[in-house]
Amino acid sequence: MTTLTDDTLPTTPRAMRDEMIAFAVMALLLASVPFTGVYPYFVMQALCFALLACAFNLLIGYGGLLSFGHAMFLGTAGYCSAHALKVWALPPELGILVGIAGAFVLSIITGYISIRRQGIYFSMITLALSQLLYFIYLQAPFTHGEDGIQGIPQGHMFGLFDLSQPTVLYYVILVGFLAGFLLIFRIINSPFGEVLKAIRENEPRAISLGYRTDQYKFLAFVLSGTLAGFAGALKVFVAQNASLTDVHWSMSGEVVLMTLVGGLGTIFGPVVGAFVIIAMQQYLAGFGQWVTVIQGSIFVICVLTFRRGVVGEVAHYFRRSL
Amino acid sequence: MQALYAQLLVGLINGSFYALLSLGLAVIFGMLNIINFAHGALYMMGAFVAYFLLSLGGISYWWALLIAPIIVGIFGMILERTMLQWLTGLDHLYGLLLTFGIALIVQGVFQNYFGSSGLPYAIPDQLRGGMNLGFMFLPVYRGWVVIFSLIVCIATWFLIEKTRLGAYLRAATENPTLVRAFGVNVPRMITLTYGLGVGLAALAGVLSAPINQVRPLMGADLIIVVFAVVVIGGMGSIMGSIITGFALGVIEGLTKYFYPEASNTVVFVLMVLVLLVKPTGLTGRAA
Repeated sequence: MTTLTDDTLPTTPRAMRDEMIAFAVMALLLASVPFTGVYPYFVMQALCFALLACAFNLLIGYGGLLSFGHAMFLGTAGYCSAHALKVWALPPELGILVGIAGAFVLSIITGYISIRRQGIYFSMITLALSQLLYFIYLQAPFTHGEDGIQGIPQGHMFGLFDLSQPTVLYYVILVGFLAGFLLIFRIINSPFGEVLKAIRENEPRAISLGYRTDQYKFLAFVLSGTLAGFAGALKVFVAQNASLTDVHWSMSGEVVLMTLVGGLGTIFGPVVGAFVIIAMQQYLAGFGQWVTVIQGSIFVICVLTFRRGVVGEVAHYFRRSL
Repeated sequence: MQALYAQLLVGLINGSFYALLSLGLAVIFGMLNIINFAHGALYMMGAFVAYFLLSLGGISYWWALLIAPIIVGIFGMILERTMLQWLTGLDHLYGLLLTFGIALIVQGVFQNYFGSSGLPYAIPDQLRGGMNLGFMFLPVYRGWVVIFSLIVCIATWFLIEKTRLGAYLRAATENPTLVRAFGVNVPRMITLTYGLGVGLAALAGVLSAPINQVRPLMGADLIIVVFAVVVIGGMGSIMGSIITGFALGVIEGLTKYFYPEASNTVVFVLMVLVLLVKPTGLTGRAA
């Protein structure tokens, strides 16, 4: 089996420095958005999806596990947060925590079921589990079926920051995104992350070295699902609703597409991919169903010619790790 | 009681589609090591080809049963030659992603031209009406679907498990290099296998056209249930996927009678239960 990223460079001081510089550039660019003419809601939405894609990438890019049901964490956290904010009238920070907790519990259950199968079977199980949840949410009373939970109050974060102000909301979302991103960055560069990469490259060898690979993969699954839930909880504040589209399997497909376009197994790839795909949907919305065709074509082109993705190709060209 | 029998029949019919589709998936997976995410889209194409044959060419259902799988099968073989064959030796997730992309393209194109609503396809004259079996009324067409797909499933099983061609096929699955050394053209066999699997999907599409109408997304929702069927069955054997397909259809039908709220989820719940007890699926071999 060939590996996902055939030229992963070892983490050297130089690679670390490149990544830190890239991170600083990204943070500065994103922080300056309110001062430019860019529509902040577009960027906020893209940031939520970027965090989701980064969480997803933690699992596939570093664990070699293709989850085709990551929308279930996004959607579940969204419903939990929305319910906590609207029905229980909790403040935003607790609402986010409830969402994260929901995704955490769900990822433990689904991880326990799915992690025991490998390869394509793993993908199919995660897909089927997310579809099971889709039907449950379709019928459960608290999700309001097709209508979703609407009109969610944004409230005051920590009693201080008024989230109904677009600029305040933007910075809260940005801080959430950067915190999630740094956490993933830290996980990847930890000893745990190194073991994950070893499992991705050669699982039998990792087992023979004495690692309980199932436990590592399970932990990666739970981390990835919980972080995806964080993205879902943040998204509630941007969209002010939680609906079935976030749980549907086509959403899982979009997450895969974002990561693939940006670059599987690269740190910044999913962010770039998310921005590309969200921008595409925004500006091509007039083409109706042709957007689906274009997305499908991107899948095909990426797999056939462009397997490293945008960031992966750039990093390969400059012989850097990004 | 009438309603129970009716639901059992619906279950058997759905089971026929599950069996035909998971059978095709199993055949393709065996040779190409690819989970064909485009299977649902190709099933839909089968139904559309039958519709075009009738509305544009006046070609009847009976010919469509033969011609539609051939046309879609050829389309599949072109896909295999132009795209899928470049993935040999790569991580199998790329196969899933590529076929997913193909499915999006095919479904998107059909949605553009035909919207999301259904086109009617009439039941052929010879299969109209119904029979009174004493305990229930059986629409002839539905009985025909069950019997015909059973015959096709068994024929495919016979082809693969009992004939010389099937023996080559199974051997090439185990060790392509060795089989090639014996002078068998393995790449061509892979292409034909993909065509066969796709043809089975298209055949299911033609069979379903008079029952379910012809819709661009008819395969998209079905395919995920079929994936669950495949996970439960384990895709270890051809017979395994046939039996699991029919059995799950029947179980789904029974659920619809006794506890309708769970009818959409019962297959997925069963999948979870089976995986908890036996992670390899019912007839599964290690992945």
